[in-house]
Amino acid sequence: MLFQTAAAVAGGAAPHPLSGTAADWVWALPLLPLLGFVLNGALAIFGSAKAGPADPSAGSHDGPDAAHGVPGGNGQDDGAHADAAHAVPSQRHPYAWLVSVIGPLVVIAAFALACMICVAMIAAQPTTPFIQRYFSWMPVGDLSIDAAFQLDQLSMVIVLVITGVGALIHIFSVGYMRDDPGYPRYFSYLNLFVFFMLVLVLGANLPVTFVGWEGVGLCSYLLIGFWFSDRANADAGKKAFIANRVGDFGFMIAMFLLFANIGTLQYTEIAAAAPAALPAGGALVTTVCLFLLLGCTGKSAQIPLYVWLPDAMAGPTPVSALIHAATMVTAGVYLVVRTSMLFSIAPAASLTVCVIGAVTALFAATIGLKQWDIKKVLAYSTISQLGFMFVAVGAGAYVAGIFHLVTHAFFKALLFLGAGSVIYAMHAAYHETHSHEDAQDMRNMGGLRTAMPVTWILMWIATLAIAGVPLFAGFFSKDEILGTVFARAQGSALSDASWLGIPGGALLYGVYGICLVAAFLTAVYMTRLMLYTFHGPNRTGDAEHSLLREAPAVMTLPLVVLGVLSAAGGFLNDPSFLPIAPADMLGRWLEPVVGPATQQITRGGPAEADPRLSAILATVASVVALAGILVALLRLKPAALRPAREPQPAESKVESLLSHKYYVDEAYDRAIVTPTVVFSRNILWRGVDGLIDGLVNLTALISRWLGDSGSAAQTGETGTYAWALVLGVVIVLGTVALRI
Amino acid sequence: MLADALFFSAVLFAIGVVGVLTRRNAIIIFMSVELMLNAVNLTFVAFAQVYGYAGQVFVVFVMTVAAAEAAVGLAIIISIFRHRHTVNLTDINLLKG
Amino acid sequence: MRELLLSAGYDHWILTVLLVVPVLGALVVWIGASALESGGGTDAAGTPPGTAAAARFARWVALLTFVAEFVLSVGLWWSFDPSIDGWQSLISVPWITTWRVNYTLGVDGIAVVLILLTTLLMPLTVMGSWTSVREKVPTFYALMLILTTGMIGVFVSLDLFLFYVMWEVMLVPMYFIIGIWGGERRIYASIKFFIYTMIGSFLMLVAILYVGFHVGGTAAGQAPDFSYPDLLARLRVTPIAARWLFGAFFLAFAIKVPMFPFHTWLPDAHVEAPTAGSVILAGIMLKMGTFGFLRFAAPLFPSAALDPGIRAIILGLAVTGVLYGALVALVQPDFKKLVAYSSVSHLGFVMLGIFAFTQQSVQGAILVMLNHGISTGALFLLIGMIYERTHTRQISDYGGIARVVPLFSTLLTFVALSSIGLPGTNGFVGEFLVLIGSFRTVPYHAMLATVGVIFAAAYLLWAIQRILFNSLDKPRNAALRDLNWRELALMAPLVACIIWLGVYPAPILRRTDHAAAAFVQEVEHGSGTQRPSSRVAYAPGARP
Repeated sequence: MLFQTAAAVAGGAAPHPLSGTAADWVWALPLLPLLGFVLNGALAIFGSAKAGPADPSAGSHDGPDAAHGVPGGNGQDDGAHADAAHAVPSQRHPYAWLVSVIGPLVVIAAFALACMICVAMIAAQPTTPFIQRYFSWMPVGDLSIDAAFQLDQLSMVIVLVITGVGALIHIFSVGYMRDDPGYPRYFSYLNLFVFFMLVLVLGANLPVTFVGWEGVGLCSYLLIGFWFSDRANADAGKKAFIANRVGDFGFMIAMFLLFANIGTLQYTEIAAAAPAALPAGGALVTTVCLFLLLGCTGKSAQIPLYVWLPDAMAGPTPVSALIHAATMVTAGVYLVVRTSMLFSIAPAASLTVCVIGAVTALFAATIGLKQWDIKKVLAYSTISQLGFMFVAVGAGAYVAGIFHLVTHAFFKALLFLGAGSVIYAMHAAYHETHSHEDAQDMRNMGGLRTAMPVTWILMWIATLAIAGVPLFAGFFSKDEILGTVFARAQGSALSDASWLGIPGGALLYGVYGICLVAAFLTAVYMTRLMLYTFHGPNRTGDAEHSLLREAPAVMTLPLVVLGVLSAAGGFLNDPSFLPIAPADMLGRWLEPVVGPATQQITRGGPAEADPRLSAILATVASVVALAGILVALLRLKPAALRPAREPQPAESKVESLLSHKYYVDEAYDRAIVTPTVVFSRNILWRGVDGLIDGLVNLTALISRWLGDSGSAAQTGETGTYAWALVLGVVIVLGTVALRI
Repeated sequence: MLADALFFSAVLFAIGVVGVLTRRNAIIIFMSVELMLNAVNLTFVAFAQVYGYAGQVFVVFVMTVAAAEAAVGLAIIISIFRHRHTVNLTDINLLKG
Repeated sequence: MRELLLSAGYDHWILTVLLVVPVLGALVVWIGASALESGGGTDAAGTPPGTAAAARFARWVALLTFVAEFVLSVGLWWSFDPSIDGWQSLISVPWITTWRVNYTLGVDGIAVVLILLTTLLMPLTVMGSWTSVREKVPTFYALMLILTTGMIGVFVSLDLFLFYVMWEVMLVPMYFIIGIWGGERRIYASIKFFIYTMIGSFLMLVAILYVGFHVGGTAAGQAPDFSYPDLLARLRVTPIAARWLFGAFFLAFAIKVPMFPFHTWLPDAHVEAPTAGSVILAGIMLKMGTFGFLRFAAPLFPSAALDPGIRAIILGLAVTGVLYGALVALVQPDFKKLVAYSSVSHLGFVMLGIFAFTQQSVQGAILVMLNHGISTGALFLLIGMIYERTHTRQISDYGGIARVVPLFSTLLTFVALSSIGLPGTNGFVGEFLVLIGSFRTVPYHAMLATVGVIFAAAYLLWAIQRILFNSLDKPRNAALRDLNWRELALMAPLVACIIWLGVYPAPILRRTDHAAAAFVQEVEHGSGTQRPSSRVAYAPGARP
């Protein structure tokens, strides 16, 4: 055995069932991408030293996404001026071929390893987490934080998603980023992201998870600002990092509270100590959970911290697919499930999770209705879907939440990569004609189905999946969420609790209703996206129309794989009323992890709604989804659209409110950002600091004034001094004489 | 006798003081200082008549110091004159603060 | 290794040698350089070739001396036994016998760590000044060497009188370094720095004398004693006197830290100082203040340090410093000033950690001291490198240079992230420990300080965005040279430390464990009549 393996709770001296299997190699999971990061990073630096700014022929070539912004957003190792963007033929990075091997390979290897571990896990059926302890990270007094990984059924599922979907997106990136001068830098960041994401998921205690938590935030920052020469991209990266930091504040406070009250930050120990140390439903555990929730809203882009995610679309599209759809943004959902032993004994906090999720789901879906940028639609769709996951984990439907996380990773990655493939084609066409049109604006698309049939079909699969059309992946997961919320409203620990005076049961029915509306809107805006992009007449431009091409195979193949998963992924957790696949696989798989918490919420009752009710609710949900698609098909007229370069019809007030995203960004700017800067500059710096420094300098001035006035007595004339002397003598002698 | 001598030296000293205070010319002031010194010498000698010869010893000391002082003082005055072409003390205020 | 060093009597002579080597180096620089300068004559161009030779000589002698010093102090790191309480490598020789002032040196874990930081940063600052200091080169390096003696002296002195002497020895070379090689307003900055610090240290001198002469009480005929271990064991002062004395020490140390209302000398000094000055000032000299609190102010006067009112003021100022420094840093147009205010913020964390009096927070505070030395030192070195090329510190004069100078940009981003406290880098571990420890005793202060972590991300990310990213709109920046081998070599150890301390800080934590525990114990239990200090002074060779 390579590392000391601690059996978790009741294991005692007996070895963990997973020790001695492939699971002993769990440390290698994150190390593989880290190796990729180091190698690709070295190539990025070494390559830039070789073919750096000295080479005047090194042309600059924008990544496809950069076309809508200022031209010339290119890699760091490109010295040529921005205006050359379309003038010089693109030149690949000298080590691109090596990077194309290393970058995807390490993630594929990690995926293979994860599959082996999963097989071992299926065989071993462990009931306790498998913990590998490497070294003592922060041993200080009674605080002991280990660098340790924890492998259980929950982390296994997410690891498979990260490495699997991650590998597909890496492969896609080989084609998508092909001509970018920052190619090695891109892959090193992407590998680093996978590393941190795996650390996040595998961490055996909150601080190790926090390393991954902030690490993925860093990678997100670096990748959003990948084309940093464009100010908007750099701004977006910074905004993402800072919004996440606000969330991390909550995460940290939660850790402090837990340590101050339980004295440990390790998941297994928290689970063991929490019921005794934290009174169920008490203020303390609720506070801890609310602070954790703040962290989750930051990472998972929920109200009130969702504002960074739409801006994050400034990054390359595969990054949006991997980080801002499939993996990183679901970390908040993962954390709630991971700490479900706390959330389950804090009903008020759980209901808050539910409410935030529901409101976010509806709110983001409405904004998604009026966006023109294809990636922005998908971004708001992601926020909305994350809202669904929050509803699930808030209602104690942990399995449903993770289930939706997995299926969402499939179909949203597919949607983003499909959009990437569309943007790639659009950009290539506009590049060819040296046009500066926006390659991401749906008003410039239309009728792409003839040019890119593969993408078209696959995108429709994903759309049907996300809308919740029966038998596609999203149907099962979304349906399970809705069904469980309904069941929880009927009777559970949550329905008996109250939230700000509202009875939990009524609140959950309300949440269910909101979710139905959001599901309807999801179907509408996704159909709208498909109609405007692929159907109707083409609006790209006369010259460009014939230049639109399907992406190369290295990009379409990952799409096909994701398409299969989006279509069939739902059978992972087949409901019992629909006997097609083995029923409830995921639920039984996750039982050892979330079972106790679910029992706490249901008070020992069944985890899901009964099959008959489920079937009814599923029918309702399907009808809603189909109605959404139908409404969109009937009401929207792609033929009436005008290209973005032409004047647009006036918007109604509601439309304008939606297309401006309810002016939330502007409000945050006016309420928080600007006042902070103005206050710091005018009150603190110019005011307080000036005052303090003025006081310091004032003492100097006073001393100087005293000295000056003293020196005025020094006339320099001996006569004066003589007079003073005589006067002094007379006074002294006089006083002495008069005294005596 | 003692009283007369003391009165005389007091008058001499006062004249010296007035000279130092009122005159501008460095040489005159210098001479006034000498006058004051000699007034003190006279006092010493006068007291020596009553209290023994220690006073006379002091006079010798004072005269020696005065001679040295005169030499140094005159040298300073001459060098001032060389630099500034005046010995008028109101024109010389290098020590002004 | 440890046995080998001890068998050579290492712990008998190491501390003295650490003090003497830089002075010897300074002498060699001075004598050698004057010989070279006078021997050189003048060539046709008017520049005396002797001056260039002297400069080269001074640089190399200083670098080699500092490297030797570093190697010696690494030996100290090994010879230090983290598993026992008390002072190690102790040495004591009578100095002023009538006042019983001794030349007493000794280290605990805190001192060892800070000495290592000092000896690590000094050779790097020499390399950083290699080409940027052009005037009076030998004097510059001689002053740096003497400064090092003063700084190490502060860390190793176990006699209050000796400590004071070293404290002042440190001040003078820095005054000249800022005043001669500084920027435009160097005279103003250096005088402000000198006088401000001096006011505090004179008050401290008064307090030291009072303490030394009243060890055994205020009755007449008491023998004076300035030995710190003796004072810890024997000092009895009335609570009122303790408050005044603590106040005097507080002022001296708070100015040095600098704590919130006493900080205004720092931005001026940082901005005007040459790169080496800024690095040493931020990296090492600011730690003198917090080190003083840990070593002297709080353990000597625990009743004052634990006084609720006094503690509330200090904690309040610490948290104010964290937030205030961060917010003011946000709006600085000058990058050096921004880093100066960020120092106010970081040192606020240290003060919070120290005065929260828990094992975690104190060890965290020590780590933050170390991390701040490394990260801020690295930031100033990087600023110095780019300043040497452009001669501007204004953030608005840059923009988009990441395309031109990728190595510089990578390093600056990395160092900024460590300063932000990204987990996995050193910055996180220190701040996390301070906050988690403080949260146990002063939760609301800790929460407010955690808000400072958000602002830290805001001001540094905004600054590096405006320097490195956005569009390259200043034509003159398009021709910047990237870092050369010397500059990369001097950054490499700092980068290594940033990762090492972030991933595996246990060696540091192990060494500071006993000292921090002793500190907490002395303060918490020393306020009564009993002083069960665990810090027994071990004579060398007589260890258990």
